[in-house]
Amino acid sequence: MHFRNYASQGASRHSEAESPDQDSGVTMAAPMLRWGCRGRRWAFARVDGGSCHRRGAPTGSTSNRIRGQSSVAQQPLHTAQKPRKGEHKWAAVVGLEIHAQISSNSKLFSGSQVRFSAPPNSLVSFFDASLPGTLPVLNRRCVEAAVMTGLALNCHINKKSLFDRKHYFYADLPAGYQITQQRLPIAVNGSLIYGVCAGKKQSQVIPKMVRIKQIQLEQDSGKSLHDDLRSQTLIDLNRAGVGLLEVVLEPDMSCGEEAATAVRELQLILQALGTSQANMAEGQLRVDANISVHHPGEPLGVRTEVKNLNSIRFLAKAIDYEIQRQINELENGGEILNETRSFHQKLGCTMSMRDKEGKQDYRFMPEPNLPPLVLYDATSLPAGADPQQVINIDQIRETLPELPSVTREKLVQQYGMLLEHSFTLLNEVGLLEFFQNVIKETRAEPKKVTSWVLNTFLGYLKQQNLAVSESPVTPSALAELLDLLDSRTISSSAAKQVFKELWKREGKTPGQIVSEKQLELMQDQGALEQLCHSVMEAHPQVVMDVKKGNPRAVNKLIGLVRKATQSRADPVMIKEILEKKMSL
Amino acid sequence: MLGRTLREVSAALKQGQITPTELCQKCLSLIKKTKFLNAYITVSEEVALKQAEESEKRYKNGQSLGDLDGIPIAVKDNFSTSGIETTCASNMLKGYIPPYNATVVQKLLDQGALLMGKTNLDEFAMGSGSTDGVFGPVKNPWSYSKQYREKRKQNPHSKNEDSDWLITGGSSGGSAAAVSAFTCYAALGSDTGGSTRNPAAHCGLVGFKPSYGLVSRHGLIPLVNSMDVPGILTRCVDDAAIVLGALAGPDPRDSTTVHDPINKPFMLPSLADVSKLCIGIPKEYLVPELSSEVQSLWSKAADLFESEGAKVIEVSLPHTSYSIVCYHVLCTSEVASNMARFDGLQYGHRCDIDVSTEAMYAATRREGFNDVVRGRILSGNYFLLKENYENYFVKAQKVRRLIANDFVNVFNSGVDVLLTPTTLSEAVPYLEFIKEDNRTRSSQDDIFTQAVNMAGLPAVSIPVALSNQGLPIGLQFIGRAFCDQQLLTVAKWFEKQVEFPVIQLQELMDDCSAVLENEKLASVSLKQ
Repeated sequence: MHFRNYASQGASRHSEAESPDQDSGVTMAAPMLRWGCRGRRWAFARVDGGSCHRRGAPTGSTSNRIRGQSSVAQQPLHTAQKPRKGEHKWAAVVGLEIHAQISSNSKLFSGSQVRFSAPPNSLVSFFDASLPGTLPVLNRRCVEAAVMTGLALNCHINKKSLFDRKHYFYADLPAGYQITQQRLPIAVNGSLIYGVCAGKKQSQVIPKMVRIKQIQLEQDSGKSLHDDLRSQTLIDLNRAGVGLLEVVLEPDMSCGEEAATAVRELQLILQALGTSQANMAEGQLRVDANISVHHPGEPLGVRTEVKNLNSIRFLAKAIDYEIQRQINELENGGEILNETRSFHQKLGCTMSMRDKEGKQDYRFMPEPNLPPLVLYDATSLPAGADPQQVINIDQIRETLPELPSVTREKLVQQYGMLLEHSFTLLNEVGLLEFFQNVIKETRAEPKKVTSWVLNTFLGYLKQQNLAVSESPVTPSALAELLDLLDSRTISSSAAKQVFKELWKREGKTPGQIVSEKQLELMQDQGALEQLCHSVMEAHPQVVMDVKKGNPRAVNKLIGLVRKATQSRADPVMIKEILEKKMSL
Repeated sequence: MLGRTLREVSAALKQGQITPTELCQKCLSLIKKTKFLNAYITVSEEVALKQAEESEKRYKNGQSLGDLDGIPIAVKDNFSTSGIETTCASNMLKGYIPPYNATVVQKLLDQGALLMGKTNLDEFAMGSGSTDGVFGPVKNPWSYSKQYREKRKQNPHSKNEDSDWLITGGSSGGSAAAVSAFTCYAALGSDTGGSTRNPAAHCGLVGFKPSYGLVSRHGLIPLVNSMDVPGILTRCVDDAAIVLGALAGPDPRDSTTVHDPINKPFMLPSLADVSKLCIGIPKEYLVPELSSEVQSLWSKAADLFESEGAKVIEVSLPHTSYSIVCYHVLCTSEVASNMARFDGLQYGHRCDIDVSTEAMYAATRREGFNDVVRGRILSGNYFLLKENYENYFVKAQKVRRLIANDFVNVFNSGVDVLLTPTTLSEAVPYLEFIKEDNRTRSSQDDIFTQAVNMAGLPAVSIPVALSNQGLPIGLQFIGRAFCDQQLLTVAKWFEKQVEFPVIQLQELMDDCSAVLENEKLASVSLKQ
């Protein structure tokens, strides 16, 4: 038997009470670690001197895409600091299980709609509520999303994969089992490359690779809402049966920063593919981390699983906390229990979930109601097959959109920006688009635009904790401002002043602000020469110093002239005039 | 009119000899008269009468929907019926009213059939007697037949007639009794290990199990998903073919239905000649427990084919003896899984205990399921434990493959149809039957039938003759996968040769009041 049906196609007499289907239907080297990683800025990890390192070979180290890859970054950083007496070296090992909700109109096995924050139990089909006699029908869109994601993550796509039932009793799991892919998942053996920043100024990006064990299709559960006051549990099944991609990352990471950066990269890939909205705040991307520590060269330690990691920041914090907790525990003669822990956001620590039932036996069993999922490629596609009933891997490969790594490379090549700048542009939601819109409308040099967007613009956003979409400054306004700067109509310090005005959201254009505040540069050479002359006469001592050869004295004179022009003169011009006048 | 076959009454409806409403009322009145058989759990009188009214309009306007328009049918109470309680004969689902129709039910209704009611069964179809449901056992109409009663009068040992009633077999015993007692013309059963064929054999009916994947399971409350098939119970092979014609075909709601085109409708040619047929007699089916009467009929049937020119050969299905154990492991494992949804949260029974969710689950499931269901859940979960999975479940799956291959090999060797007994013997009295527990009974009674389910093949039980006691005995034909039509064609030829007698319930019908009075007396005396 092969892949046959997709989610309910066409109108049917049964479907009145159900919403119509919306989709067409159907061990690397041990890492070293002594201290927890320090705080992350922006979205790519910073490897602070001495804080976080693993020997895992960075991929593509010969690639000239990666600048400034110094040998320093390759050395075990802990040697940079002298170990204190009696201190052991610890290595941490981190693996991740990531659940990404598939972006699809309908659920994995039923025709009910997928929507966040709909009224409770308003998106529940008979199958989702596990009414007796209902059967799963595979949603084609979800399979395509899994194949796309697998291809983007360099996975081997299994031409045949199987579904299994995983049993456990929980109120928000109406069938008493979850349909997943335990034995033979849809995609295996992939890799994810992400970049961590290193070096003194955090200005070098080092590519790291984490292996992807597998990607499996599975159902999401419903949500339980515990009302402790009335000791009630309320169940919302809107989420029950939504398609998930479980992406299993091998334990190739060594600290919270690496894990966070890998997750961020995965998030960008999923969003670029459109296979998941991957919004962690809405639970579309959920991460569990498996963490252990050991002495390098010795067997891996007992691992714990940390759950409830619902933001990238907390993910990094939780992992680093847990690593340090395990080290402390072991150094104090304690032992690590193989347990599930949850991260408490307010306290910033992990706590045992104290699973009373102890070890769960999920009693896996093949799902008898779904035939094996068979995929085809150009060579295996049966002649005359109904395109609605088969999925062609090669066809999906052709439609893959540009991935973030390629976008970054293009940015580097096209605009000559540093690789780490391209990372920042992609990591901030909407920033790349903003940047590209400014570029489109301005005559200014791309480097100038990059600098303004990444330093000034992003700086303002961060300071006020705003998203790009909430910015008071539009790309057009910034473009106009940069044009004024480019044409030397205003000085760069005046430009900063204009930008500050723009941020006030008063609806004025940069041109209006410049003329209102009289920020134009003085273009009148004669007037400027006159001013310089007056300043020199008023400060003979400084002129003397210049003539004696004190270079800083020139700057003082320039400053004085600028002050006299209310900063409206170009310092380069002033310097030229002064030098001429003093015959230097 | 009630004693006719579906095809005959369909013709009568078309010719206007009777109207759907008249027919419906006659059946409803007979359902009331035979209430003591306990064939129905729910009688959907109002629904049926309304459907009859609509059917009547269609006939008047010359817009009949076909052979099934206006035909009273019954449906086993493990098929979802929209707006009609569906209990699986379990406390767990008492009061559960599904919001949707099973695909097979919907298809019958779309063809104009009248739904008389939901028929009794063993709880969740787990049993072979129709004795283990919360609504009590089903009585075999043959217990009250002239043929059986006369034989019993001759037997000096028999005395207490009324407590000596016979089981129907199961688990679709309610459906079998309903058709056998003329309360409807066809009924849906389900067949996981023989649950349609077994009661058909005991009640003198045609019991057909289609190929797995030919008929949708959507809405059939599962026992074992990988073996369940909706079954058809009728008075003759042609009737089964008519119903199959209405049911067969792919269903977008059941991913295990096949898309390959099947010959429709299932019109069965009358075979004039069986000389090109090869009938296989599996030697492993000759077991010591087989009653001599059944054995003798089996060999007479083989002789009949041979004498009419068919090639009859002994064949071997070498893994047969492992089949029932293998079935037990696979069945209980799926049962453990399928029953997990009955937790009292969304629908069905919920206990009064609310100290914790876990305590609620436990009490609900203890109160909701009988011992048989709980026992199967327990053993199934045992087989699925991580430490046991390889040794039991995986091994059983491998054996299942070997069993399926046995059939493939036999059919590849040129055999068209296999001929076997359906049951070890004729129906036994209830008091006799309950001397053994459900598990023992099931493994005895499913012996000839469950291997077919493991292989997904079509099979049909055909009533052959009456035993010395005046009770029906059936034989089973097994066909190649998706060669359902060929199988039924052979069965039809055989049916014509054996001329199985019609059940004589005249005495029961006349006697009905007496039987009912007796029952009344019994209940009164119990109260005193």
